[in-house]
Amino acid sequence: MDSSTCELALRMGDNALILGQRLAEWLGHGPQLEEDIAAANIALDLIGQARLWLSLAGRLEGRGRDEDALAYLRDQHEFRNCTMVELPNGDYAFTIVRRTLFDAYQRVLLERLAGGADEGFAAIAAKSKKEADYHWRHSADWTLRFGDGTEESHRRAQDALDRLWGYTHELFAPDAADPEADALRGPWLELVGPVLKQATLTIPADRAFLSGGKRGVHSEHLGYILAEMQFLQRAYPGARW
Amino acid sequence: MVDAWQVLAGIGDPEIPVVSITELGIVREVAQRPGSVEVAITPTYSGCPAMQAIEEEIVNRLQQAGYGEVKVKTVLAPAWSTDWITPAARDKLKQFGIAPPGRVNLFPRSVACPRCGSARTERVSEFGSTACKAHYRCLECLEPFDYFKPL
Repeated sequence: MDSSTCELALRMGDNALILGQRLAEWLGHGPQLEEDIAAANIALDLIGQARLWLSLAGRLEGRGRDEDALAYLRDQHEFRNCTMVELPNGDYAFTIVRRTLFDAYQRVLLERLAGGADEGFAAIAAKSKKEADYHWRHSADWTLRFGDGTEESHRRAQDALDRLWGYTHELFAPDAADPEADALRGPWLELVGPVLKQATLTIPADRAFLSGGKRGVHSEHLGYILAEMQFLQRAYPGARW
Repeated sequence: MVDAWQVLAGIGDPEIPVVSITELGIVREVAQRPGSVEVAITPTYSGCPAMQAIEEEIVNRLQQAGYGEVKVKTVLAPAWSTDWITPAARDKLKQFGIAPPGRVNLFPRSVACPRCGSARTERVSEFGSTACKAHYRCLECLEPFDYFKPL
């Protein structure tokens, strides 16, 4: 099996795993009970998807690593998630705007993979796409409410968009693992553009900035996530319950 | 020996015990051989925590029914859909207080209250007590209720 297929499966799995972990941080801290529950549900979907992708990546790699070995025993530079998902949650507007940008990306990417020739990818993608549609409905709805809400909520949503926009370029940067990544930017903009416009938010000007998470070059924030997520397996190797 | 499908039809969903795993469309295939059986199941949601409990229950019940070797495998394609839930199970959901899913369509016009039947309901939250449900409220009888989301 060629390594680029395994690499793509790792990216899918790590994106879902790390964003799922971030969303789980909201548990008990959500701005309202319903949002606390929504964050838990979406995190659960994402971690379920991560298990499927990482299991597939382990099989493609062929070195006997399963989902747990990949999630708990890899170091920071071996993670292949895009940088955007590892950034700290910030306020709820940042959490929501990040998900709006990411959920739209998932929808267009999963749609492509679901129709692809690789059966292993297509099965997971088709299943995840149905869940991503619900995630998108939720995040797009809140982006509208924040952007077109009060002066304060608008300011926070715009600030989140200004800080996040630069990190979206990485998603569409083609490379060996995903040579067609740039073709997704058009369909993605068709989803994201109208929602941001209706939310009265302004898309910031593009700058020459390219984050490197999917190549394993991460921000300083990923290490803290891994320290928390991997602690048990690192401190007590092979621990089970 | 009792037919394996019949045994499986007696296993309730761990989170919605009024409906069985066969009625929900979770059991996809049963391959019976003398002394052994292999059951293929499909997850409802990727992260549904009930799947492991379901797997263990399948093994327990089939072994109790005399099937020596029981294997459970997970299949992902085609992806599970609420369209596979049987009409009888939809009635049971409704009687249990859960509005059954409409046809797979992301924007249903309205969801009828499972208690009073009124179409005057509103969504409180897209996400409810389990991965498969949304939280609604009836504007007629004022009762909150769960809606099994079309997927």
